[in-house]
Amino acid sequence: MQKYHVTATINGDEVDFLCEPTQSLLDVLRDELHLTGTKEGCATGDCGACSVTLDGTLVCSCLVLGAEVGGKSIETIEGMAEGDDLHPLQQKFIDHIALQCGICTPGLLVASKKLLERNPDPSEEEIRYWLAGNLCRCTGYQKIVEAVVDAAAEMRNS
Amino acid sequence: MNDLRFEFADSLESAARLIAAEPGEVRVLAGGTDVLVQLHADMIEPDLIVDIKRIPELRAVSEGDDGWRVGAAVSGLELMDNAKFCAAWPGVMDGVRLIGSVQIRGRASIGGNVCNASPAADSVPPMIAAGAIATVFGPDGPREVAVQDIGIGPGKTSLKKGEIVVSFFLPKRPARSGDAYQRFTPRTEMDIAVVGVGVNLTLHDTGVCSTARVAVGAVAERALLVDEAADALIGSSIDEAALEQLVSAVRSACRPIDDKRGTKEFRIKVAGVLAERVARIAYRRAQEAGGAG
Repeated sequence: MQKYHVTATINGDEVDFLCEPTQSLLDVLRDELHLTGTKEGCATGDCGACSVTLDGTLVCSCLVLGAEVGGKSIETIEGMAEGDDLHPLQQKFIDHIALQCGICTPGLLVASKKLLERNPDPSEEEIRYWLAGNLCRCTGYQKIVEAVVDAAAEMRNS
Repeated sequence: MNDLRFEFADSLESAARLIAAEPGEVRVLAGGTDVLVQLHADMIEPDLIVDIKRIPELRAVSEGDDGWRVGAAVSGLELMDNAKFCAAWPGVMDGVRLIGSVQIRGRASIGGNVCNASPAADSVPPMIAAGAIATVFGPDGPREVAVQDIGIGPGKTSLKKGEIVVSFFLPKRPARSGDAYQRFTPRTEMDIAVVGVGVNLTLHDTGVCSTARVAVGAVAERALLVDEAADALIGSSIDEAALEQLVSAVRSACRPIDDKRGTKEFRIKVAGVLAERVARIAYRRAQEAGGAG
């Protein structure tokens, strides 16, 4: 199968890769670029584990073709911490123990970060609706919501 | 798997050329939220995917003197972030906001929702109620087709080979117009409509309904425009008697299937319940809408 040469910006760095026309952005991130922080859950856009931002828009990377992202800017979980300094959301997920198995966590963090960019002071209801596309089968969501509320408060005060 | 190729089209003409030159199966790609799922599940085996979302006509949202024009590849999120469009067509946006999740709405397009031809697509009944007309471009040039005439059955459209939907035109409404859409689902988010109803109506300054359009989803092989249901509202003040007739007309038009999400009887009953609720919301919005929509 023909391979396509694509140049995109990933977490601020210009990256070149080759991909087949059937490969999703998720496949490219994990298998070609070895950025395995982004997880595959359902691969049908239902679970949100593969959430990344594409030119600033929150998307499921399993529903984006690698071949269509030329010239675009992608942010993944690997770009969230600054060196050893965790993003406030990452720290609060740890503080609140907002995870168990951890498969959904990168997607939830990327989705929560986008929420707080759009709305620095979301209500609990707004958080739950925003995160409805991110499934977690371990936590029951309560601790996740508490972590996002807490992180939002800290980010507003910093 | 065929030897799949991927191409970008940057104009309507180049899309038509690419599609016409491919003897095998072609899929056009906008948001991809249906195409990628079908591709990876081997439900489709295209020889060529043409990405149409760089074509300017498919990306534009504009308000003209006679109405709004929305590009077919515009995402749900882009419409949600367009405050003027949201104010002009709240019922269409009721439907758009219910599609998938934040992640899905960031990609999924209105044109895709129509062309995927699911009878349960949430933006389709309110678009039909709005009287939306699609501009379609194909090998023979452009033509116009009403949204209710695009989907003809689950996954099937009336589009001819090589045709793509370019944009939707939503004709401007007089003052005192309102529209609304609701669906029934067991969950509030990330679910597929068991029944959906869209109503769009205009009131005389006396408060009497002058025009109405009623559309139902998920109760037939495609979304239906129900003229008899609109007739029940026209000439009334959306009073109890009119609503009773509306409920009965909507239920008569339903020809649903039994499936895991709802039985025939349940869908028919709920379609009536929703029609009444949605008509009341559209009526209230029309009363509140002093200016022109």
